[in-house]
Parts: sequence; structure tokens; C-alpha cells
Amino acid sequence: MSKKKLSKEEKKNLKKLKAGRLAKRDAVAGILFITPWIIGALLFLAYPLITSFRYALHNIRMTGVGMRFKYIGYSNFTEILFSQTEFTTEMISYLVSTIISVPIIVVFALIIAIMLNQNVKGKGFFRLIFFLPVIIVSGPILGMLNQEGAGSLTSIDTQAITATLEATLPGALADPISDLFENMVTILWYSGVQILIFISSLQKIDRSMYEAAKIDGGSGWECFWKITLPNIKPMILLNIVYTIVFISNNEQNSIIGLIQDSMFSGTQEKGYGYASAMAWMYSIVVVLMVALFAALFMSKKDVYEKQVKKAKKAHKKEQRQLKQIERRSAKNAKKNAKAARG
Amino acid sequence: MLKRMQKQQGDKDIAEQVITPSGEILIKDKKQITKDKIRKFLLGSKEKEGFLKVFVIYALLICIGFIYIYPILHMLSSSFMTLDDLLDSSINWIPSSFNLDNYKQAAKSMDFWKSFGQSVLIAGLPTICNLISCSIIGYGLARFEFPGKKVVLGIILFTFILPSQVTMIPTYVLYSNMGILGTIWSFVLPAILGMGINAPIFILIFWQFFRQVPKVLIEAAQIDGAGYWKSFYRISLPSAAPAIITVSLFSFVWYWNESYLTSMYVSGITTKSGWTSLIIQLKNFATNYDKYSQTATAANAVTSINESINMSGTMLSILPLLIMYFVLQRYFVESIDRTGITGE
Repeated sequence: MSKKKLSKEEKKNLKKLKAGRLAKRDAVAGILFITPWIIGALLFLAYPLITSFRYALHNIRMTGVGMRFKYIGYSNFTEILFSQTEFTTEMISYLVSTIISVPIIVVFALIIAIMLNQNVKGKGFFRLIFFLPVIIVSGPILGMLNQEGAGSLTSIDTQAITATLEATLPGALADPISDLFENMVTILWYSGVQILIFISSLQKIDRSMYEAAKIDGGSGWECFWKITLPNIKPMILLNIVYTIVFISNNEQNSIIGLIQDSMFSGTQEKGYGYASAMAWMYSIVVVLMVALFAALFMSKKDVYEKQVKKAKKAHKKEQRQLKQIERRSAKNAKKNAKAARG
Repeated sequence: MLKRMQKQQGDKDIAEQVITPSGEILIKDKKQITKDKIRKFLLGSKEKEGFLKVFVIYALLICIGFIYIYPILHMLSSSFMTLDDLLDSSINWIPSSFNLDNYKQAAKSMDFWKSFGQSVLIAGLPTICNLISCSIIGYGLARFEFPGKKVVLGIILFTFILPSQVTMIPTYVLYSNMGILGTIWSFVLPAILGMGINAPIFILIFWQFFRQVPKVLIEAAQIDGAGYWKSFYRISLPSAAPAIITVSLFSFVWYWNESYLTSMYVSGITTKSGWTSLIIQLKNFATNYDKYSQTATAANAVTSINESINMSGTMLSILPLLIMYFVLQRYFVESIDRTGITGE
């Protein structure tokens, strides 16, 4: 309607407007909006990452004038891994305790979330309690509580568990596990945020799916495995990643204390370079661990979706064949017509 | 409808049972009916959950809830105990007298009011900066399409996973060259550039939120003559109030509880600056208390450090957060629902 009413001049102007000019302006605005982040990423991410790698290859000594660099290649890394034992032992205990406590925390959070998702009276009150630790959990407070023995359950005999563990397992494995039992409460404390994430994702599952399953005779157990779990699978991954990151950055983790100690230690071989090498190895391990869990829990496509895809493919193939047949028959018809004419 | 039909069927069953046998058996049937009722009551039926299940759920929830707050209760009760109460094995939970001495001494050794004020500053200023920068960045990512956007999102996720230790040492050197080591600026500067503590989470929260603002609304504003900036802070930002509340609460709590980076950048490890926070004071509680007890004179005697004093120190350092939590609990508990992290 309106297009016809445009005058010639307006039409010319319309032609002058290049396609995507608005989009270009939008893109510029978007980049302007994230400029603070770009500056921040260059200043506090890219520059420190590169510099810290450079530090890791040097022996750095503080002098009155400034830092003195001495290139030593990979010997910082070999020194940490093979000559000094503290880093490797801490690393092993960190790995073991993380790999054990992450499933404990996530499964525990899931169980609590499922219970709270039932028709429970006083839901708000329970949520209040389970979220409370998020507010107060921090390195020094946990340290203080563990020091005074408030972090363990007095009713469970942790001594007996520790003793049996030490008798059956090698020391490197037994120590972190027995530590885990001793600080059971504070480990459960890490699951506050995870519980809330699970609750809110459970509430978003369509109720009618459960009803349909019930009509088909599915038990609660089957419903859990076939409806609940597949629906919250992405949230499980999110919670695992969150838990790992939280444990790694918590001050209860002794490796980060070790890095700080060696950073400020006055001895000749330690210092900034040595600490950087440690930090690099630690970060690589953390990122690898997250990647491992992500690979395990990455949401694979639904069985239903797979079947739909298959059916679509088959349908396309069929149609292609049909078209071929049509084309062929058309050709044949032409030939026949030619032959008839001829 | 369904319920009524089932009920009718149930009535029919009973009726059949009653009709056929003689009087004696009729009583048995009645017993059976009550058994049936008990069974239904305990195990539940299709419509109603059984008593057993409900009971188990409540019992578990109460038990686990108790385990959860056990350390806090323990802390609270032992912080009021005198030395005699601690040693007395007959006193488990309730102290013999309401004793505030531990708190007084712990507060004096921690220099409570000064550390409290500085804690508020250390947590509050970066929180405000975080809010400003993360909302702008989140809006930029949610509203506009530009080349390399996916890369930016990927890097943001990566910075969340990457431990801060790997960038810590050069950053420390950088701050000391810039002369902002040992000042609040070493927390404010990264926060204002979207690189504060846990900033990736906040950026993603805002990103998720601004994506839900209808595009039509913004286009309408632009037709009315609003620029990019105006349509951000006049239209998108006011509708993101839940995200703003969530981000400010969590940012405040996380900065308040951060001890590792605070002790490194703001309060200083080798050379102490004037800055301190309650958590830092708690970290060095034993040495601080030693110092404090040496200054004691005969007039005001100071007991040596013990569990009660430790616990009251811990209690003091979390008390402000606890009060905040109970006042604003609704916002904390509903925060994750509101941010839409779990997807819509």
C-alpha cells in the first residue's frame, strides 16, 4: 500500500541506504557497551596470563632497584614436580578430595531439592536453613570451626572410620578421605547454592509429563530416572562446575596457600617465578578437571530427537528418490514423444 | 470426576462384600475395611501421599536441617560460656550464665568498629562498581549483535573457571607499580572494568535478564528518540530490578567473605597497610589476641585465648552478615529463581 505512494525522491533515498547499515550501527554500539570488559580483559587477564608464563620460566629475585630476571627455562617446573614434595602431595590430596566431595555435594543437593520440591509445609523455613551457609562460608570461619571441632558430627564415630581407612588404603588416599569425614558438616555446607539451583529447575519441569507417566503406569522411581533426571541434566553440569570452582578458590584449599607462601618466601630458588610455575600447573589441573566433568555430563541429544532426525533423513531420501523417478519418467516421456514424432 | 468414579467403585466393592456373607463375616469385613484404610493412610493412594512417606521426608529434612545449623548453634552456645563452663562436662549446650565477657574481649582484640567500617567499605565499593560495569556489559552482550560475541562469552566463561592464582602474581606486581597496592583501589579498579571477584557470574546474570526484555519495547523507545544509552538506563535497567538485587547481595557477601585476595591486595602481607576487615582480623585472631592480652593491665585482666573467645570472635565476624541475611532473606532465597539461570 504505502510503497506505491512513495515519491521518486524518496525512492532514491531508499536506494542510497545500504543494507545492514542499522545492523552496523548496532554492532558498534554493542562493542562500545562492552569496552570496559575489553579493557579489563586486556589489563587483568591477557597481560597477567602472558606475564605469569614469562615469570614461570625465570628465577626472579627482589633487589632494591626492582626485580632481577634470570632465564632458567623449565627448571622451575621440574623443581616443583620432582625435587620438592610439598606441591605434589598437596595436589594429590586436593584431587582426591575434590573428586570425592563433588559427587557427594551434588547428589546431596539433589536429594534435598527433591524433598523440598514435594508438598512440604514450611518450605520457606527449610530453604532459609539450607541457604544460610552460603552467607557465612569463608576460609577463616571454616578454619575456626574445624579447629574447635564444630565441623564434625559428634554422633558419628569419625575415629573408627579414620582408623579403618588408614588400615586399608595407602596414606596418600586415606588422609584426604578421613579429612572429608572429619569435616563432613562443612562439606555439606558447600551445597547451598546448588540446592536452590536444583529446586528452581525442578519446578520448571512440566507437571503434565508426570501425570502422563502415571497414567501409563510408571512408578515414582521410574519417573525420577526417565523424567526428572534427563530434564535437570544441564543443571547437574552447572552445579558440578560451580562446586569445583568454589572448592578451588576456597581458602581451605591448601594449594593456594602454598602458592602465596612461596611467592613471598625469601629463599633463593623460590619467589615470583617459582610461584607462577605452581599457579600455572594448578590452573591447568583445575581447567582439565572441569573439562573432564563437562565431557562426562555434556547433555547428549535426546533419544526422541535422534529418532526424529532419523525419520526426517529417511523422509528426505524418499523424496529425492521420488523426484528422481519423476524426472526419469519425464525424460522417458519426452523420448517416447520424440520417438513417436520421429 | 476421576476421584468420584473411584470412590463409587470402592463403595460397590464394600457393598458386594456385605451382601453375600452372614452376620459374623460381616464384622470381619469391617476389620478388613479398617485395615485397608490403615494401609491407605500409611502408604498412600494415587491421589494422596501416604503418611509414611510424609513422615520420612519431614524426619529427614529436620535431621539434616539440624546438622546444617549444628556448627552455628555450637558456636553460639560456646561463645557465651565461661572457662568453668567449658571445663565442666555436665554443661553441654546451655551455659550456666549469660556471659558477655568473651564478646567484649574478642571485640576489643579485633578492634571491632574500625574493622567493621572498613569491611563495609571493602565489600560495598566494589559491589557498586560491579553493579555498574556488569549491567553495562551484560546489556551490550544481550542487546546487540556484533562479530566476536561468541568469543567474548566464551572468554567470560573461561575466566570463571580459571583460578585467580595464575593471574595473581603479575597483577600484584602491576598494582605495586601503579602504587595502588594496599589501597581500596586494587579492588575497585578491576571491579569497574568487569573483572572483579566472580564478575563472570554477574555478567551472565545480567545477560540472561536483559535477553528477556522484549525487543519491541526498546525499538519503540528508539523510535521515540531515545539513544542507545537512554534506552539502556531508562527502560532496560528499571525492569532488571531482581537481577540488580541478586547481584548486589551476592557481590557484597562474596567480597565480605574474601580473605585470600583481600589480605594480598588490600591489607597487604609483607607490609601492612591501614586496611583490614573482620574476616582478616579473624584470620589472624590468635596473634591479634596475643598482642591484645600483652597490653592488659592489672586493672582489666584478660583471660588467655580459649574456645569461647575463638567462637565469639567468629560470631562477631559473621554477625553483620547474619543480620543482613535474616532481614533480606526473601531476596536471598528467591534470588536464583528470579535470575533465570536455570533457563525459561
